Amino acid sequence: MSELVHQINYRGIDHDPYMPTLEMRDVYALYNGSATGRDDQASPYALEDISFQVQHGERVAVVGPNGAGKSTLFKLIVGMMSPASGEVRLYGHVPDEHICIAYVPQRSQVDWSFPATVKDVVMMGRVGRIGLFNRPKRQDWQMVYDSLERVNATHLKDKQIGELSGGQQQRVFIARALAQEAELLLMDEPLSGLDLPNQDSLFDILDGLRADGVTVMVATHDLNLAGERFDRVMLLNRRLIAYGPPRLVLDTANLLAAYGGHMHRIGEGGEMVLADTCCDYGE
Amino acid sequence: MLTFLLEPLQFSFIVRALLAAIIVGVVCSVLGVYIVLRGMAFFGDALAHTILPGVVIAFLLGWPLAVGALIFGVFTALGIGFLTDRGTLKEDTAIGVVFAAFFALGVALLSASGSYTIDLAHFLFGNLLGVSRGDLWVITVLGAIVLLTIVLFYKEFMVITFDPVLAVTLRLPQTFLRYLLLILIAVTIVASLQVVGIALMLAMFVTPAATASLLTRRLPAMMVTAAAIGAFSGVAGVYLSYYLNIASGAAVVLVASLIFVLVFLFAPQRGYVWRWA
Repeated sequence: MSELVHQINYRGIDHDPYMPTLEMRDVYALYNGSATGRDDQASPYALEDISFQVQHGERVAVVGPNGAGKSTLFKLIVGMMSPASGEVRLYGHVPDEHICIAYVPQRSQVDWSFPATVKDVVMMGRVGRIGLFNRPKRQDWQMVYDSLERVNATHLKDKQIGELSGGQQQRVFIARALAQEAELLLMDEPLSGLDLPNQDSLFDILDGLRADGVTVMVATHDLNLAGERFDRVMLLNRRLIAYGPPRLVLDTANLLAAYGGHMHRIGEGGEMVLADTCCDYGE
Repeated sequence: MLTFLLEPLQFSFIVRALLAAIIVGVVCSVLGVYIVLRGMAFFGDALAHTILPGVVIAFLLGWPLAVGALIFGVFTALGIGFLTDRGTLKEDTAIGVVFAAFFALGVALLSASGSYTIDLAHFLFGNLLGVSRGDLWVITVLGAIVLLTIVLFYKEFMVITFDPVLAVTLRLPQTFLRYLLLILIAVTIVASLQVVGIALMLAMFVTPAATASLLTRRLPAMMVTAAAIGAFSGVAGVYLSYYLNIASGAAVVLVASLIFVLVFLFAPQRGYVWRWA
């Protein structure tokens, strides 16, 4: 029982500031963490031979076609699955030892009819730190309200989550990540379904996070935004095609390698407009 | 009106039935909130049926029924969790297989004994008016354990229900919490056996919670509302059973269902009739 209480009250490991925020070395990952691959895939691996580092405070776009392994990559980072081989390290430690990773799910993956108000959902981010058998204290509520303030959602605090617009839903989940005191924020397709003003306000919030040293990784289908609004782009198609500054990564050769024939290019030279073919919800 | 309410109370078996119905109504409904939110209705129904062989064995050996039921209940809760944990079977398939097999075993065991029809009817539909002092104690203690556990793990259960990925990133012991919830369901079924019986158990889990979901916007409110509906259904069911001479478990469930229909139609803002207004 004491082991269990310890496990529930676990507050995460201290960070070594000299280590990269996130590092993968020679990572191979199986589909769903199980040994049986999909029938239509020649390889049993959802991800092969992935190595990269993400430094403190960077904003990284993860792009690639459907089935490229973006979700698998996030599951590995969160610690929901383990690599078949290779290493995943956050500040030098395995993901299981961290409570500083926050994951913002695709909006289609959330049960919006759940009986919770906005402040209830944000408070859920505190559950790990509040600890077993304890109730939220005043400083926990203060943290919740501060987090809502930072994403301009204070006025929404008593709304049921089903009453929110798409952009508001996104901001509430970012507030939950802030309440969780996350240092690495993973967002799965936060941009799809958002109109331009909402996309802009999302990036305003992400700019604020960068100022606070929060590292952000965003899976997206939007190659234009990936090219314009991120420090680094990771181009993925089961293997790591390219990783680095957008101008170097998003060139024709790399994009053809990632997307093959499924990409449309319009325009010439520097005026390249890129469009991914899809954006399925609930991929 | 007062005599209408007080007259049955001169019988101590009615008083015991009322107390049992209130406790079971509250406990089933509060736990039912998690069952509804997690989409575990089929699991709850199946678990209620799989405890039949345990009850029958205890009955034939002359043990307290709760002991046999508890052993089989916990055993199947863990068994179904194990079958689906491996990812080899879909959950509803695994539940279906275990459910049917155990229920058949229970019926087979019971049919080999003497008074088959009456006993089976009691197990299937409960025997609220036959609750003994000892039964009432068992119901109270088991109910208190379930409610206390829900209070203690309230935050953690809420997180694993709303967002399992968040539970991972918060490093909550998910497997433990999931199994704990399954065991709570098993214990609650055991406590409720005499009140509504195996066949109607599902209604006590699902109906008050579903009704409450139409009336509330936050989890604690949903639990309190569901508990109130469950307790009221229990009391009203006992009176209906007394005056109309109908099966008590069925009466409890019918009251709960009637409340659901009324709320579904007339709930403020969310009721069906307002769509036409």
